[in-house]
Amino acid sequence: MNTAVEIENVTKRYGDVVALSSVSLAIEDNEFFTLLGPSGCGKTTLLRSIAGFEQLSQGDIKLFGDSIVDLPPNKRPVNTVFQHYALFPHLTVADNVGFGLQRQRLPSHEIASRVADILEMVQLGSYADRLPSMLSGGQQQRVALARALAPRPRLLLLDEPLSALDLKLRQDVRVELQQIQHDTGITFIFVTHDQEEALTMSDRIAVMSEGVLQQVGTPRQIYEAPDNRFVADFIGDTNLIDVQVTQVLDQCATCVLPGGASIACNNMAGASVGAGHLSVRPERVTLGPVDGSALQGEVSRLTYLGTDIHVTVALSDGGKMDVRVQNSDSAAIPQPGSTIGLYLDIAAARLLVD
Amino acid sequence: MRKPFDIKRYPGFFPITCLCLFLLYTPLIVVMVYSFNDSNSITNWGGMSLRWYEEVFYGVESQKFKKAAFNSLSIAICAAITATTLAVCAAMAMLRTGVFRGQTLSFALINLPLMVPEIVTAVATLVFFSAIGFKTGYASILIAHIVFCIPFAYLPIAARMQSVDATYEQAAQDLYATRFEAFRLVLLPLILPGVISGFLLAFIISLDDFIITNFVKGAGIETLPTAIFGSVKQGIKPSIMAISTLLLLLSVVFVTLSYFVGRKGQQTP
Amino acid sequence: MAQIGSSARSSVKGGTFAGLGPLLMLPSWVVIGFFLVLPVILMLVYSFLTKEFRGGVIWEFSVNAYDQFFFNRGLFGDEAPTIEWTYINIFWRSIWQAGLATVLCLFIGFPTAWFIATRSGHSKSMWLFLITIPYWVNLLIRTISLKFLIRDTGPMNTWLMSWGIIDQPIHIINSNLAVQLGLFYSYLPFMVLPIYASVERYDFSLSEAAADLYSTRMETLRQIIIPVVKPGIIAGCILVFVPSLGAFLAPDLLGGSKTFMIGSLIEEQFKGNAGNWPFGAAVSMILLSLVLIALMFYARSQSSARKATRAAD
Ligand SMILES: Nc1ncnc2c1ncn2[C@@H]1O[C@H](COP(=O)(O)OP(=O)(O)O)[C@@H](O)[C@H]1O
Ligand SMILES: [Mg+2]
Repeated sequence: MNTAVEIENVTKRYGDVVALSSVSLAIEDNEFFTLLGPSGCGKTTLLRSIAGFEQLSQGDIKLFGDSIVDLPPNKRPVNTVFQHYALFPHLTVADNVGFGLQRQRLPSHEIASRVADILEMVQLGSYADRLPSMLSGGQQQRVALARALAPRPRLLLLDEPLSALDLKLRQDVRVELQQIQHDTGITFIFVTHDQEEALTMSDRIAVMSEGVLQQVGTPRQIYEAPDNRFVADFIGDTNLIDVQVTQVLDQCATCVLPGGASIACNNMAGASVGAGHLSVRPERVTLGPVDGSALQGEVSRLTYLGTDIHVTVALSDGGKMDVRVQNSDSAAIPQPGSTIGLYLDIAAARLLVD
Repeated sequence: MRKPFDIKRYPGFFPITCLCLFLLYTPLIVVMVYSFNDSNSITNWGGMSLRWYEEVFYGVESQKFKKAAFNSLSIAICAAITATTLAVCAAMAMLRTGVFRGQTLSFALINLPLMVPEIVTAVATLVFFSAIGFKTGYASILIAHIVFCIPFAYLPIAARMQSVDATYEQAAQDLYATRFEAFRLVLLPLILPGVISGFLLAFIISLDDFIITNFVKGAGIETLPTAIFGSVKQGIKPSIMAISTLLLLLSVVFVTLSYFVGRKGQQTP
Repeated sequence: MAQIGSSARSSVKGGTFAGLGPLLMLPSWVVIGFFLVLPVILMLVYSFLTKEFRGGVIWEFSVNAYDQFFFNRGLFGDEAPTIEWTYINIFWRSIWQAGLATVLCLFIGFPTAWFIATRSGHSKSMWLFLITIPYWVNLLIRTISLKFLIRDTGPMNTWLMSWGIIDQPIHIINSNLAVQLGLFYSYLPFMVLPIYASVERYDFSLSEAAADLYSTRMETLRQIIIPVVKPGIIAGCILVFVPSLGAFLAPDLLGGSKTFMIGSLIEEQFKGNAGNWPFGAAVSMILLSLVLIALMFYARSQSSARKATRAAD
């Protein structure tokens, strides 16, 4: 496969604030790549650096092998769908979509036909002469997409394009976006702080925190084999149990749980003897009798979630564990206040160093 | 029935507002009314007439006032155009170029004409022109007007530009527009209401100015305010009231215009 | 107005025209620098030169101008210096007049601004429009109008006498009161607009919270509203006080010879043959210093207010 974008050691500082700290990343051609992280972690900054709106403090960005850091934004074959769309309010939908084509000095009949085609593709053919302020949020979002796609860029950057839409619409647009990416074959870099969005849409995800790249991988890798505590905690719900690693042998670590029970764990992100953390998803813990269980505690709270029941258990050493029990099995649902044993699915528990 | 408790209402504030408007408007309205007075004596009412307007346009002093009006208007237009252009550049420098050395100082400089008392500006400019041997007259008035019009043009332009998100220009650049195209095709149309307000403001301010003009004009040239002031020194004449009324209406037309431009601009930000 | 520019900078990332700042600024620098900054510097220089009779200066260093302003050395300049009160009194009177006009503007302007800011939608912009129109009418014309109205034989006195309310004309013209009235009338919109802008931003749930905690309207006004909108009030006061201090038209047309203010004192030094340029320059510099002190006070209060609101965010 071909590498579309290579981000090499990119650092961006705003005075004392480090928005990006030595980020290195390679994005393949035709990939739907997502940057995921909490707000303020530097996703927009990275995107704007690729688009050309930020001067890097350090590092290099290559597009299909050529460095682009010295090119102004209007010379980069990259288009952006802006966070709040930035549709030109004084131009009609058609003029907005044709803006980039006009700047490329295409003949006017070709501009007209390409604008018409792309508006058809996003199902806005009959809105060509409207002003953006006369469109709904979802329609504006599609105009922004059409405008960015019209010049046929080699790389499309999308900065939280769905965050302004309501839930139902967002789910429809997710599918549409994936379809468009598939049909056009353009590499997408998609920014979001919504982990569900990232998991469902992406080929690969890069998780960021405070300007630092935490992990890059497929949605499945990110969810099931997080590299560190931040990723485990940020993607989905998890229980992080402080454990003491007493021995590491052949990819198998012996961990001592707070209660003193010892378990063997071979799912790990590099472990060494000493303090560690065991990440167990709530759905991978089962409740059972106290005798023979790895951990014990008192049920402190039940939360009704519809399909599931969320059980919070206060451990005897002061910690707490979240457990998800399917609502179908009413016998398995404990009473608040009762003492109960917790059984971990060792295969799904991941040992993390930090 | 008791009035519902309204947290925003203070008894007495409404009458004071009315008093405020009364104080502001009475002199203007009185002068307007008396400009239609037929009597030769300006204090006694002698019925309606347009004779003083006739005198303004055709009387003995009409040539002088026409000339003064021409000077006033042409200076106001030139000064406003120049000041608006400079103000647009300055607003872009302050709001769209990131941070550069001397930016804070530049901001102070733009606003300096508002800070220096008019009388000081007036005498300083006069002294300066005479020191460098610049002949006072039309050009010296124009230059002085450009200087003090800049901050007035700057305020609405900068306010407007500040409310226009820089992302629009970035979107234009992202779509292959050069920086100049991003300005011409996107930023300028979006700040246009501010530019028009700034122009109108500068125009009125220039048309209005008496003190500075009075000092830098030199002999042999008059603008409307200096001509009026000269006449009034010999006593208020009815024809002066007619001219005042005309100028007053001109100002009101301009403000109304700039008000509606501004409002239209607000609807499509 | 000081907010425009400084606060926006941080919100615009990089800037579309990054790097062009100095170039775009250049024309304004040249125009204002050459035709305002240089002249003011020249005035400063002139104030330290020797006077030429019938206007102009001799290029010889001298502090005579400032000496003449502050000290009296007798007719021939050989007596022991005593404080010269003539000019200090003119300044003092100007400050007093401008101060009274400012207070008058504040007492009328605050309720007006409040009233307008608490109207809704369309009627708010109508009221605001009504308040601003007079400001756009030529200051000279407004002053003449006022003079015409309040003259001894003007319409005001004529009407009041014909209605039998008074039997002698009220003599206002050529008095301090007329000047104060003129200044008040000239600069009232300057008071209303910044206060209006502050009240606009005022969060009325603060008043509700105060009322909820048993405060009366007046207590709320004194303890909550005025402290919160104080930056607007100070801005208004400065905007009225500063131009009033150097005003020329109101004292000249309404005050007559008895109410000499700084503006007229400066004017006198540069018009006609009796002028004394270095002295006029010195008076200008003293006036400018006073204004700059007032503006510094203003800038300090605005920036501390901004800090306070930022801390509250
Ligand atoms: N122009 C700027 N000046 C100073 N700090 C900035 C600027 N732009 C972004 N930052 C800082 O950089 C960090 C990353 O911001 P951003 O990339 O916008 O985050 P995200 O898009 O992930 O929410 C934040 O801490 C933000 O405060
Ligand atoms: Mg962002």
